[in-house]
Amino acid sequence: MVAEVSGRGFAQSGADLELVNVSKRYPGFTAVDDLSLTIPAGSFFALLGPSGCGKTTTLRLIAGLEEPSAGTILVGGKDITATKAYQRPVNTVFQSYALFPHMTILENVAFGLKRRKIADPIKLATEALELVELGHLAQRKPQQLSGGQQQRVALARAVVNRPALLLLDEPLGALDLKLRRQMQLELKAIQSEVGLTFLHVTHDQEEAMTMADTVAVMNKGKIEQMGAPAELYELPFTRFVATFLGQSNLFDGVVTGQNDGTLTVAVGSENLLVPSSRSQISAGAITVGVRPEKLEIHREAPKAAAGRQIVGPGTVSDTSFAGVSTQYVVQVPVLGDITVFEQNDGDIVGVGEQVWLSWSVDHAFGIPVEETFDENDLSTRALAATVK
Amino acid sequence: MAIGAFSHGPSGITTDAPAQRSSRIAWLLLLPGILYLVLFFIVPLFSLVMTSFQEMVPGGFIGEYQNAFRWENYTEVLGMYGEHTLRSFLYAATATVIALIIGYPLAYFIGVKLRRYPLLQSLALVLVIAPFFISFLLRTLAWKQILADEGFVIATMKTLQLLPDDAHITGTAISVIFGLAYNFIPFMTLPLYTTLERLDLRLIEAGSDLYANPFTTFIKVTVPLTMPGIISGTLLTFIPAAGDYVNASANFLGSTSTAMIGNVIESNFLVLQNFPHAASLSLILMSVILVLVSAYVKKSGTEDLL
Ligand SMILES: Nc1ncnc2c1ncn2[C@@H]1O[C@H](COP(=O)(O)OP(=O)(O)O)[C@@H](O)[C@H]1O
Ligand SMILES: [Mg+2]
Repeated sequence: MVAEVSGRGFAQSGADLELVNVSKRYPGFTAVDDLSLTIPAGSFFALLGPSGCGKTTTLRLIAGLEEPSAGTILVGGKDITATKAYQRPVNTVFQSYALFPHMTILENVAFGLKRRKIADPIKLATEALELVELGHLAQRKPQQLSGGQQQRVALARAVVNRPALLLLDEPLGALDLKLRRQMQLELKAIQSEVGLTFLHVTHDQEEAMTMADTVAVMNKGKIEQMGAPAELYELPFTRFVATFLGQSNLFDGVVTGQNDGTLTVAVGSENLLVPSSRSQISAGAITVGVRPEKLEIHREAPKAAAGRQIVGPGTVSDTSFAGVSTQYVVQVPVLGDITVFEQNDGDIVGVGEQVWLSWSVDHAFGIPVEETFDENDLSTRALAATVK
Repeated sequence: MAIGAFSHGPSGITTDAPAQRSSRIAWLLLLPGILYLVLFFIVPLFSLVMTSFQEMVPGGFIGEYQNAFRWENYTEVLGMYGEHTLRSFLYAATATVIALIIGYPLAYFIGVKLRRYPLLQSLALVLVIAPFFISFLLRTLAWKQILADEGFVIATMKTLQLLPDDAHITGTAISVIFGLAYNFIPFMTLPLYTTLERLDLRLIEAGSDLYANPFTTFIKVTVPLTMPGIISGTLLTFIPAAGDYVNASANFLGSTSTAMIGNVIESNFLVLQNFPHAASLSLILMSVILVLVSAYVKKSGTEDLL
């Protein structure tokens, strides 16, 4: 594929993107706040954050549709901050699709190719449409397509240009789950096949984690943490990351001691242990966290063991069966409600039963204490919660 | 899925009775409009067609005609006034192009650039319509004064050697076309404004994201998307301009050498009292406009918008 497109004005490979202290301020509002990041060429980078956190604004700054209030944007090492959108080797899949209503699907997809005078635009556009399985609709107008189909056209229209950097603004938002999974695979395939750099914006943490090599979690115009999906999940640095990326049980306490690389944290009258290598905090106020699937539930008090944290007894206040796993909410005195995900082994603990919980101390993490962050800000999970 | 299965329910169980009743109500609501059209369009049109075939009452006074089928009226007027007809369409077309060139940027500025300032936008719109607060006869007369030989425009241009010493503007094609363009610019601007005001700027952004420079984006995206406004604006300018008899009349910006078809019809009706000639000229004007307009609309590919 790379060899085939050579000499046609296509990018030979992805280019790396670098944002240096980029800010975008609107009157009385900072949408992007002193953002710096580097995306290596050929990588699949996901920018994850709740809606309103500045993801679209960041993409618009990179695409050249918005001018940064401060900072520098480099693509492939070249400073493009002052260039116009149409001069940038960047294409965008817009959140609103922005398909041209007066053109057919095929004309839409061929638009960028024609502007760059690339040979045989119709053939390439047709191929791109087939890639998103819309070849049969080439002669339709955008308004005759469903939302999901339009989204795929928008994808084809951007990908067909083989840009050095492809910006995707929640490109799979309107698709149903099955098509979404399929398109996620397609996208990954296109990206690795051509070696383009993808910057994928989403508020869906699962999508970010399954697709991206690197995930940056964004909140209020800033990047809170950046890294490989598993890294971010296993060791969040902030309360926001711990709660936005998956679920966490969090306990606010105070560091009371340290020995052997382990911190002792007093949460009320309980003592919790955290490896100091997994804690951002070594003294004073701290929040201890542990992921729900790392917890084990016991009907009888387990024997104390080194490296194992045991709490309880508590009372099961809620169970919900989810096929492969069961989610429990256990009320533990002092610590409060603790969520547990347990593999479904056929033995479900009933509501009202007395239980103990345990987890490996190596799974605990320590983060700075923060204001409880407003869950209503989180579009996906907040929605799910409201529906419940 | 379940919801989808049920969504046909309500329309499926609708019986024919309410549908019939609602169509009867629709007809009832249309009745005043239909009556109006019959009374004020069909009847006069019919009378106009009748008049256009009338012949002089033998031995009668000037202006006395009787019903007949005198189709020579048409060939006669075409022979006598062909030049005026041609001139009308030429002037009207030129004025329309000028009004479009002035009206489009104006409408773009108001509809797109002022979109973020609703107050300024409304103010600008009022300014576009403001000339209508004064009778257009008065405004055209004012232009006659301004462009007159002794007026300051001519004087200045002569001093600057932009015009030869014996030049006139009033009474020439230039002043007539100027007057037509001036008088019809609001009719051009308002429909353009309504489409430009709704123009989705995200599409312009998509154009620039897909390597189109501002000019290409304008030609490939903005113009096609605002075609409905361009069509209604040019029609609203061209049709009345082609039949206009004020600007071209010698009392205003024209002279006998600039007479348009409207002036000929006017003098036939009011001065010569040759009603059949006036009527047949009117019908010729109407059919030429109809043919031109339908060809134009068809070419622009927007039949479904009209
Ligand atoms: N033109 C603008 N003027 C003022 N505020 C804006 C403008 N555009 C975006 N914002 C604000 O910037 C914030 C970030 O917006 P956006 O980047 O679209 O968020 P996201 O894509 O993450 O949902 C939002 O709170 C939004 O209200
Ligand atoms: Mg957005």
